[in-house]
Amino acid sequence: MYVAVKGGERAIDNAHAWLAEERRGAPDVAELSIAQIREQLALAVNRVMAEGSLYDPDLAALAIKQARGDMIEAIFLIRAYRTTLPRFGASDPVETGAMACDRRISATYKDLPGGQVLGPTFDYTHRLLDFALAAEGGEVPAPATGAADAEDMPHVTGFLAGEGLIQGEAEGAETPRDLTREPLDFPADRPLRLQALARGDEGFVLSMAYSTQRGYGRNHPFVGELRVGIVEVEMEIPELGFAIGIGEMQVTECETVNQFLGSKSEPPQFTRGYGLVFGHSERKAISMALVDRALRWEELGEDDSGAPAQDSEFVLSHADNVQATGFLEHIKLPHYVDFQSELELIRRIRAEAIAAGAREAAE
Amino acid sequence: MISHYNFAYLDEQTKRMIRRAILKGVAVPGYQVPFASREMPMPYGWGTGGVQVSAACLTPGDTLKVIDQGADDTTNAVSIRKFFERTAGVAVTERTAEASIIQTRHRIPEVPLTEDQILVYQVPMPEPLRFLEPRESETRKMHALEEYGLMHVKLYEDIARHGEIATAYNYPVKVEDRYVMSPSPIPKFDNPKLESPALQLFGAGREQRIYALPPHTKAVSLDFEDYPFDPSRADHPCALCGATDSYLDEVITDDAGGRMFVCSDTDYCAGRRGEDAA
Repeated sequence: MYVAVKGGERAIDNAHAWLAEERRGAPDVAELSIAQIREQLALAVNRVMAEGSLYDPDLAALAIKQARGDMIEAIFLIRAYRTTLPRFGASDPVETGAMACDRRISATYKDLPGGQVLGPTFDYTHRLLDFALAAEGGEVPAPATGAADAEDMPHVTGFLAGEGLIQGEAEGAETPRDLTREPLDFPADRPLRLQALARGDEGFVLSMAYSTQRGYGRNHPFVGELRVGIVEVEMEIPELGFAIGIGEMQVTECETVNQFLGSKSEPPQFTRGYGLVFGHSERKAISMALVDRALRWEELGEDDSGAPAQDSEFVLSHADNVQATGFLEHIKLPHYVDFQSELELIRRIRAEAIAAGAREAAE
Repeated sequence: MISHYNFAYLDEQTKRMIRRAILKGVAVPGYQVPFASREMPMPYGWGTGGVQVSAACLTPGDTLKVIDQGADDTTNAVSIRKFFERTAGVAVTERTAEASIIQTRHRIPEVPLTEDQILVYQVPMPEPLRFLEPRESETRKMHALEEYGLMHVKLYEDIARHGEIATAYNYPVKVEDRYVMSPSPIPKFDNPKLESPALQLFGAGREQRIYALPPHTKAVSLDFEDYPFDPSRADHPCALCGATDSYLDEVITDDAGGRMFVCSDTDYCAGRRGEDAA
C-alpha cells in the first residue's frame, strides 16, 4: 500500500545539522576565526562586501565562514541581512580625488603628478606555488617604506579635461534612484546602470567586458587611471548644518579613456568609462568601466552593433548573481505537478501521431 | 517566535510599499505592477514574491496554510510555513477551509475558496509574453497596446503542429477582456478555478512584479472557437480516496512500469478519507 511521503520537516532539520557538521570540517583541525578570514582572505571579503553592497569586513568574513567559502552564498547572506537594516540617510558623494592611495597607476602616462604607485599587486608576481606558505608560522619581511609623500594625486582624466580632450560629465541634478528601493525599469539611466554593475557578479561583468575587447561592442579602452585606497565617507547632518566624517572605507576606482571619433553633434574627443567598487578589486573595477562605456553607446550617438554588452536590458537583468543563482537552483524544487501535465500532454500527442502514422501506412 | 524582527519579518515601510502595489494590482486586474522587491532570507525562485505578499497581508489573527505542488508537507512549503511561524507567530493549518491566507506554488486547492480567503501565488515568470519576446520594454508596450496577436499565433502554431494547444501548465488567461496574464505554473486543470470568490494575489520577487485577480473577476483561458480550452487531468480515480474530480500526481511504484495516481492536494485527499490532514 502506497503511503504519501511525509517528514519534510524532519528531513530539513537533519540536513541543516549535517550541513553544520560539514561546515566545521574535521574537528581536530583548528576552527577558522572571523579575524583570520578578514585579515588573510581579504580579497574574498572585499568581493562579498562589493556584491553584497554592504561595507563591513567582519560581517563579510562571518558570511564567508558560514557559507563554507561559497562566495555567492556569502554575498546572499550579506544581502539578506542588509535589507533588514534601517536607512538613516545618504552620504555625500565620496571624494575619490582625495583618496589616500595604496596603489595608483596610469596606463596612459609614463609619469604624472603624484607618480605611479605600484602598491600591493599580483601583477608582476610569478605564479609559482609558494610551498613555503604551506609551512605555517613564517615571518613576513616588512616592505621597505619610502618617505611619506604627501603629494596630491589628482585624477588623470582631469589633465585631459583641462585641454578639453575628454568629454565632460555633467553633474546630475537629482539624487540618483536607489536600485535596492525601487524596481529596476528600462531604459535605465547611467547612475542606475553603475549601481547594478557595482553589485553585479564579478565573473559576469568580467566576461561582458572581455567580450567588448574581443570585438562585441569594441570601445578601445585605455586604463587612464586605477587607484586603490582609503576614502572618507561624510554625511550631511541636518541638525548640524554641515557634513561630518562617519567612517573610512577602501575602494577601487577605475577610469578608462576611450576613443570617440565624434558624431554629428560632437567633435572628436575622448570619452570615459567608470568603475568604483568596495575594497581592493581591480578586475571588477576595470570590467565595470569597460561595460559602463559599452552601455553608453546611445547617449554618445554610436551605432548599436547588437553586441550583448551594449544591451542594457540584457546586462542589467542578468548581472545579479543572487537573483541568477536563486532562479537557476530553484529548478531543484519539486515540479511534479507541471511535469505530470506535460506527461499527459506528450502521451496524448504521441498516441495521436502514432495512430496517424498507422493510418497512413494502411492507406 | 523571533522577536528582533518586525511582525512577519518585513519592516512596516516595506509592507506599505507592497500593499500599495497590491492595491494597484487589485484596481487593475491582471496588470503587472512593478514593486521594489526585497532580498529575503530565502533564495530568489523559492517563493520570495509570494512570501513578501503574504507578509504584507498577514495580521496576527490570520491562519496560514502553505502548499507546494498541492501538498503541505513538501520541503519548501514546510520551510515557508516555519518562517512565518517564527517571524509572525500566526496560527497555521493544513486544512484549506480553516485558512484565511493560503500561499501556494503550482496549485489551486480543490476545495472551493470563499470570499474570506486570500490565495497568494509564488510566481517565477510573471510575464506571459516573455518567451515570445524577451525584452521587458517591448512586452510592457504590447500589454499597453493590448497587442496579443503574437500569443494567438503561438497557440495557432501549436495546433498546426500538434493538433492541440501544447501548453499544459502556466496556461495564459485573459482577465476582464483586457490583460493577458500568467496564472503562474499551475496545471491548466486549475485554470477554471481562477474565477473565484477569494482574492488572488500573485507575487514575483526576482522579477519585481505583483498582480491580482480580485474576487469574481473574469479570467478566460485563451483558446479558439473550434479548439476550445480543455482542462485535462489524468484519466484515473485517486488510488487513495477514489476522487475523480481532483488533479492527480503519478507515482512510480516499482521499476517494472507500475504506477498509481493519487491526489496532488493532500488536504483534499485526507479529508475525503476522513483522516486528519495533519
